[in-house]
Amino acid sequence: MKELRIIVCAKEIPDPEAPLSDVSVDAEKMEVIVDAPQVISPFDENALEAALRITEDMDSKITVLSMGKKVSDTVLRKTLAAGADELILLEDEAFEKLDSHSIASVLAEAIKKIGEYDLVLTGRQAGDWDSGQVGLLLGEMLALPCISLAREITIEDGNVMVKKSIPEGYELVKARMPALVTVSNEVGELRYISRTKMLKMMRGARSIPSWNREDFFSAPEELLKMGIFELSSPPDMGRDCQILEGATPDEQAGKLAAVFKALR
Amino acid sequence: MNDVLILGEVKEGSLDMKTLELLGAGRKLCGDLGSGLSVVLMGDELSKAVDQVISYGPDKVYKLEHPLLRGFKTDLWVESLEQLCRQINPKVFLMGHSFIGMELGPRLACRLNTRLTTDCIDISIDPEDGVLLRTKPVSGGNAISVFKCPGEPQLATMRGKVFKPAEPAEGNGEIVDMVPEIDESMIRVESMEVVKEEIVALDKADVVVSGGAGLGEEDGFEMLDGLAKALSKSFGNVMIGCSRVAVDKGWISSDHQVGLTGTIISPDIYVAVGISGAIQHLVGMVNSKKIIAINNDPGCNMFKVADYGVVEDFEEIIPALIKKLEELS
Ligand SMILES: Cc1cc2nc3c(=O)[nH]c(=O)nc-3n(C[C@H](O)[C@H](O)[C@H](O)COP(=O)(O)OP(=O)(O)OC[C@H]3O[C@@H](n4cnc5c(N)ncnc54)[C@H](O)[C@@H]3O)c2cc1C
Repeated sequence: MKELRIIVCAKEIPDPEAPLSDVSVDAEKMEVIVDAPQVISPFDENALEAALRITEDMDSKITVLSMGKKVSDTVLRKTLAAGADELILLEDEAFEKLDSHSIASVLAEAIKKIGEYDLVLTGRQAGDWDSGQVGLLLGEMLALPCISLAREITIEDGNVMVKKSIPEGYELVKARMPALVTVSNEVGELRYISRTKMLKMMRGARSIPSWNREDFFSAPEELLKMGIFELSSPPDMGRDCQILEGATPDEQAGKLAAVFKALR
Repeated sequence: MNDVLILGEVKEGSLDMKTLELLGAGRKLCGDLGSGLSVVLMGDELSKAVDQVISYGPDKVYKLEHPLLRGFKTDLWVESLEQLCRQINPKVFLMGHSFIGMELGPRLACRLNTRLTTDCIDISIDPEDGVLLRTKPVSGGNAISVFKCPGEPQLATMRGKVFKPAEPAEGNGEIVDMVPEIDESMIRVESMEVVKEEIVALDKADVVVSGGAGLGEEDGFEMLDGLAKALSKSFGNVMIGCSRVAVDKGWISSDHQVGLTGTIISPDIYVAVGISGAIQHLVGMVNSKKIIAINNDPGCNMFKVADYGVVEDFEEIIPALIKKLEELS
């Protein structure tokens, strides 16, 4: 069989699991401010893990695509350390704060330039804007069969077979490649990367290609910003927590049992 | 008259009650727009669901009946909805942020060259220009954003359990039969097998005992099962929930997951064991009537949203608690 080519779309975002106290909202600038390091959006890591598992004993090439106004290659190099073969950054002033449709059209153009591929994988949704659209939009734009919410992906005779989560359990579906699949966390966490491998990749001299708009984007379409009209903090969720103290776990448990009894 | 359209969902031939929330949301917009409310239903046998939805007083029901619309084949559903929208040009089209809506929304938006906002908790019309304002939690729920986007139909998927369900209403809604032009050749993703799994209906629980990464290993859930059993002597439906990390670790299946990408619930009592309280988890349970947190880190966020807390290793507390509950009952 010829080499299997997988494109994984991944983006960096401020750690979505940062403690609430490190997150604030600037209503004036309409920005969410997160005082936390940048990470790869978790479901995109799941997508990369899926790609690595599919290609385990296969002649393959995994390309990671990441776009933004400016992409930090130190964050994205992790994908190479994990086992991706190639990382391409799509960077341009014009790529800042785009809406889902425009993001998908930028990615679609880049993928057309790459040309040959069998599978495009994305996370089911990104951890910053929680939109959950780019994968399927991209699939439509590239006129590919689209499968969402994958929990397991395998390849058989030029077809992609996916166990896709559905409300009643899962559905095994099949599509001719090339195809687009959005990946859910059931696929499993991105594999462990040893410190030495990581450091080597971070400090390595390997240069990461960066394409700007002129390099690949020729669609006549206008790139639109996310239409944020207003941004505010959520309503306060805090409650007055009564801590059930006790000298021993037994004593604490006794108090907790009494709480349950009162709630009955 | 076709200004606001909603996608009704049908479950085993009957109207899915989620649809009533959409009807409620749609009706509100119609008030602002001074327009009519239409519902589209899709499937292979719709007479019962159509009768049901008519009793809630929509102005029109588009009945898209076709043998190939049996089951949910996304390719055919997107195609059918595209055909309908091109024909009737709704100004606003609302779907649930359900399994179906999550999948249809983006694909339909792309085909109709319009913009979609997903998982909205409110919608309204800007009186200045009559454009749809779409309110959506972002950053897991750390912020609430209102979006305004170009394109028609103005598309949004709506979060469940936010809008008040519509009440039955008088009306002589018109039923419009439409047969979409679809055939097998349009199916690009083939369904090989549907595997039903035992699924917990977390949204029907009175009490949810939920475990997270703090359980340390799969066995922790056995302890929680013991607690659930002890509690079910005093409470109705007691079920087991979990955080996403517990799913990621393979300790429990994803139907138990509470949160943004799991189930959003508001039981009478929510017991969070070894769950830190990340925003994406909180949005799934913060409306529970009473919240009890068990965690050995006094600084963890879960205590900030809880009514009662125990700062202790769960392995110490849970067995002692089970014993005490048994003594009390
Ligand atoms: C886009 C997106 C969507 C997401 N959707 C969801 C979702 O739907 N649901 C969800 O849950 N998460 C979701 N997450 C993940 C979420 O951000 C958190 O990572 C997750 O909720 C953390 O799970 P946890 O609290 O179990 O783990 P941790 O944050 O690791 O917390 C473990 C807790 O256990 C406590 N602990 C440790 N040992 C003990 C002990 N012996 N006894 C008692 N306590 C102990 C610790 O103090 C800690 O507070 C999502 C994330 C993203 C980015």
